[in-house]
Amino acid sequence: MSTSTQVALVAITAGVSCALVGVFLVLRRMAMMADAISHSVLPGLVAGYVLAKGPNVLVGFLGATAAGLATVVLVELLTKSRRVKEDAAIGLVFPVLFSIGVLVVSKYYANVHIDTDAVLYGEIAFAPFDTLTVAGMDLGPQSLWVLGVLALLNAAFLFLFYKELKLSTFDAGLATTLGFLPTLIHYLLMGMVAVTTVGAFSAVGAILAVALIIVPPVTASLMTDRLPALIAFSILIGGSCGLGGYLLSVYWDVSPAGMIATTLGGVFTAVLFAAPTKGLAAQALRRRRQRSQFSTEMLVVHLAAHEHTPDQDRECTLLHLEQELGWTQEKAIWTVKRAVQSGMINFRDGAMTLTPKGSELARVSVAR
Amino acid sequence: MSLVRDLFTDYTLRNVALGSVVLGIVSGVLGCFAVLRRQGLMGDALAHAALPGVCLAYMITGSKSSLTLIIGAGIAGWIGMLAILAIGRRTKIDQGSALGIVLTVFFGLGVVLLTVIQKGNDPNQAGLDKFLFGQAAALTAEHVTTMSTIGGIGLLFVALLFKEFKVLSFDPEFAGTIGLPVASLGKLLTGLLVLAIVIGLNTVGVILMSAMLIAPASAARQWTHSLGRMVLYSAVIGSASGLTGAIWSVLVPGIPTGPAIVICLGIAVAVSLILGSAQGLAWQSRRRKARRLEDPA
Repeated sequence: MSTSTQVALVAITAGVSCALVGVFLVLRRMAMMADAISHSVLPGLVAGYVLAKGPNVLVGFLGATAAGLATVVLVELLTKSRRVKEDAAIGLVFPVLFSIGVLVVSKYYANVHIDTDAVLYGEIAFAPFDTLTVAGMDLGPQSLWVLGVLALLNAAFLFLFYKELKLSTFDAGLATTLGFLPTLIHYLLMGMVAVTTVGAFSAVGAILAVALIIVPPVTASLMTDRLPALIAFSILIGGSCGLGGYLLSVYWDVSPAGMIATTLGGVFTAVLFAAPTKGLAAQALRRRRQRSQFSTEMLVVHLAAHEHTPDQDRECTLLHLEQELGWTQEKAIWTVKRAVQSGMINFRDGAMTLTPKGSELARVSVAR
Repeated sequence: MSLVRDLFTDYTLRNVALGSVVLGIVSGVLGCFAVLRRQGLMGDALAHAALPGVCLAYMITGSKSSLTLIIGAGIAGWIGMLAILAIGRRTKIDQGSALGIVLTVFFGLGVVLLTVIQKGNDPNQAGLDKFLFGQAAALTAEHVTTMSTIGGIGLLFVALLFKEFKVLSFDPEFAGTIGLPVASLGKLLTGLLVLAIVIGLNTVGVILMSAMLIAPASAARQWTHSLGRMVLYSAVIGSASGLTGAIWSVLVPGIPTGPAIVICLGIAVAVSLILGSAQGLAWQSRRRKARRLEDPA
């Protein structure tokens, strides 16, 4: 297996495993928690380093996961104290934890294994560093391995707890009543987010791991309202953007992690505009159709009200529409034209008369 | 006493301390409105969104002067803000997800641009990334002047529109009914947040910016129920933490300024949460008892 195939596989697996765990996080409106957890990973890694007295993958992993869970607990404690709102609590906890991590590293481990600059300046500097590893030669199959196991774990988690996750996400009250322990499910999910972030962190950098967690499910939520389809679309988007972003980064010779995030952004934007019912284009089209429907109804109701009255000749002209309904000339002409086309009215010598179909529409509209 | 003397004479210490204090005041004041409007994490997102702006500003002008890069950062932050607001208005996507998307995608684009710049082999570009990751120790007098000017503009707006911003933060619907342009005022207030962020990028960097905005305001909130006092206390807490963190980092070798300031802020928040005279947790039982005595029912 060539290096670039390996990297492509890592990108796809990262996309899939992050998307899997992201679905319920996004549905629970906790997207920014992923951001917070991704930053708290640092002090956890440092703690693992201190405890194991050196770099140790497993201890580091456990430390990072524990720090991620500690973030969740601290945010909840702060929120429950009702002194700080949830968003502020998130924005308080992770910078403080992150700062503690940076301080410990720069004070005691400045010349040990950890790149001071990278730690000091945060994941941002980690990202190019990490992506070099991804794009470069020394990519151990280890990260592919880690991410592969994570993808399987996350898939198993979703499969085993599907019912529980679904219920506690959409109706936590009912879940509690039925004895489904939503709190336990919540912490399990947060644990999976933490583990996945740590795993993806080594491959694509923390912030881009967050991109892979948040963007695919949000994009998928614009495409469907059904949960199984949402999960399927998320996996598809995560995996294909991972691959596509990586290929583009090779083509343009830029940072793979950055390019994957940019690709995700491009796909999100495209879906935002073009999604079948929730997209902006579909929304605009719908609004236009409603507006045209409404003005046609106004026209026929107006005509119905004045038909066969002495005022008919005066009321049923284009000019009068502009005056009485406050329409612009353009709108009046357009509406009349549409109404004639759809067979609602006849327009002859400047006078409008309702067809039977138009009378029927007027009757229905008024009755409604 | 030598510390006090150094504060005025030592070039590095003076700039770091001044820069941190200016940032503490500006982010303390503007953070109050962000926290009250539940936009605490907006600061985090917009700080990240500034990266592509910094890169583009450099690519277009070839200049690394702090003002050029700050303008680039500000424009990108502003666009990021509009994107977040538009997603919130036009779709059913929740604010957290909208923030997360703008944060990660803009940042990803910035990382891509950084690699493009680095490929150019331009020796001048070295340290461009540091602009965003905070390098308080390298603050120059030019930085401090730029920061003070931009921060001063932000504070001036707050002073002039204090009443409007107050109504907007507490009751946007009421603000609408009395005829205030709610949408533009909201954009302006969030735009001022962008000002605080761009001057903070120099000092504490992207990641810690959210704490600079949220922490002073959250701490101040525990001591008062009045917005005017909250803004004042928040500025004091922000600048005091900035000063303490700056001195700590300059005196103890190996301590980075940004994290030092944030840890001071964290301590301020913890103390305020417990001891705050308005809603501190320590006085909770006493307050409850007093309320029971007042109103036996």
